[in-house]
Amino acid sequence: MEDLITIAMPKGRIFEEAAELLRQAGYQLPPEFEDSRKLIIDVEKEGFRFILAKPMDVPTYVEHGVADLGIAGKDVMLEEERDVYELLDLNISECYLAVAGLPNTKMNDVAPKVATKYPNVAARYFREQGEQVEIIKLNGSIELAPLIGLADRIVDIVSTGRTLIENGLVEYERMMTITSRLIVNPVSYRMKDEQVNELVERIAEVIERKG
Amino acid sequence: MSQLFMFEKPLGMRDTLPELYEAKSQVQDAIESEMKLWGYQFMDTPALEYYDTVGTASAILDQQLFKLLDNQGHTLVLRPEMTTPIARVAASKLLQENLPLRLAYSASVFRAQQREGGRPAEFEQIGVEAIADESVSADGEVIALMVSALREAGIKSFQISVGHIAFVQELFLQILGTEERAQALTKFLYEKNFVGYREHVKSLNLSSIDKQRLLDFLKLRGGEEVMERALCLIENEKGREAIQKLKQLWDIVVDYGEQANLKLDLTLVSHMSYYTGILFEVYADKVGFPIGNGGRYNLLLEKFGKTTGATGFALRLDRILEALGELKKEVTTECVLFSGERRKEAFQLAKAKRGQGIKTLLQDIQGVRNIDEFTGQFAEVTFLIGKAGKGS
Repeated sequence: MEDLITIAMPKGRIFEEAAELLRQAGYQLPPEFEDSRKLIIDVEKEGFRFILAKPMDVPTYVEHGVADLGIAGKDVMLEEERDVYELLDLNISECYLAVAGLPNTKMNDVAPKVATKYPNVAARYFREQGEQVEIIKLNGSIELAPLIGLADRIVDIVSTGRTLIENGLVEYERMMTITSRLIVNPVSYRMKDEQVNELVERIAEVIERKG
Repeated sequence: MSQLFMFEKPLGMRDTLPELYEAKSQVQDAIESEMKLWGYQFMDTPALEYYDTVGTASAILDQQLFKLLDNQGHTLVLRPEMTTPIARVAASKLLQENLPLRLAYSASVFRAQQREGGRPAEFEQIGVEAIADESVSADGEVIALMVSALREAGIKSFQISVGHIAFVQELFLQILGTEERAQALTKFLYEKNFVGYREHVKSLNLSSIDKQRLLDFLKLRGGEEVMERALCLIENEKGREAIQKLKQLWDIVVDYGEQANLKLDLTLVSHMSYYTGILFEVYADKVGFPIGNGGRYNLLLEKFGKTTGATGFALRLDRILEALGELKKEVTTECVLFSGERRKEAFQLAKAKRGQGIKTLLQDIQGVRNIDEFTGQFAEVTFLIGKAGKGS
């Protein structure tokens, strides 16, 4: 048990793509892997222990070293700014961060308000644009904010854009492309370098193949 | 602010309860005595320093400093590390003839904590500084001493990664041409963002050979062979010199017989911006953060008016204890439980036991309610109850 490499996986959207990537890299994951409700899944044959965490929490587990590796979206990495190595761009779960709002509206001159799940990213973005805004942190259903007048704009991830359209919102600015990353704890990166390097090489090969 | 509960402490502050205190002082003793055996002299500096001297010379980020004002309006800081205060003392008092100086410390340092639990804002560091010695032997000595001290502390599985900050600077400068561009790339290393590093390199206007060199740089990690690969990447004299220094260091550590735990990692850069050459971090099993770090800082003493080099390391006591794992609870204290009639006898017995070095606790039976539970805590209990000569 001692030598299992612990990998923090994000529950939800990214999980299946990440599991698929590991399979393509030749790792034998049990078929019920995706359906399990367990939070800890040991795959002893491959020497892995997977922990299933909320996407936003993955870098936290890795920074504290309770997980050696993790798969986290770039959005989460930018928001959390954790002290971990970002080793590989996995090129999965591609989406982008965008500023959106009701069509044909301007930001309030006196106190422009922006609602988001990513307060740090949003604050940095508007500061870099030279705009002073007030950030309101929400935990989900961000699209609601401009509809009922909580904020003028939202900053959120967009993958297909359907949620925006269905709620009558439009995209104002595309901030950056987001993909998932392979991250590693700085101590594990050195103490377990052989296992980590092997995993990185095998996954890098798959990404290369997919182009 | 809502009213504080009696038990609350400022964010990141921790209590050291007796059991932990005991474990801590054992580890501390082991490390300190090893340092003393190597000829390092212990010293202390004040917990408070001026912000304008030690605060600004220190490499700890400004927002991590605890600041306060004295009654003349000067800004003070709680020392965030010990290297800078020791450089201040060495430069102003101890370094008369620029003779090599070997100093050591064991002290609490303070770094404000804004985020969440799991990281203390006050922690103890034990470290050494070898000042006014610019030879690679001094770097080798501090690494060998660190290995030795960790072993004395009981750490079995650990690894030291050694890098060279001047090599990184020279390589980037040579390929990228300007300080500014080199710094932009180095930032990705500080942020440990290799994905960003690779993307940045690909976006630069460079020959494919130079791009490949920068990408290959990320692979300069491993054993002795890394130095050969590094020499292939670097072309200028200063960069080669850095690798020569690393080679010398490697040979010195081999002569100490301590290379088993040593690895090279040229991608290692440190937030401690005063490092100028060789730098290293040490890691242990089961601890998610480095347990110590160190390196050569040849410019720090200049800030205090002396031009000379120095090298050293600091170990974090809290993380070493974490690496040692479960505190082993060893009960060695004995108890003499007495009643008034045999008090004097009890005192004499306790004195005799203490004279033999046995930890002995004296307890008047009148002060204890639950005798069984009380006596259960001790390795041995002597009952001196009732009239002398009758049952004991």
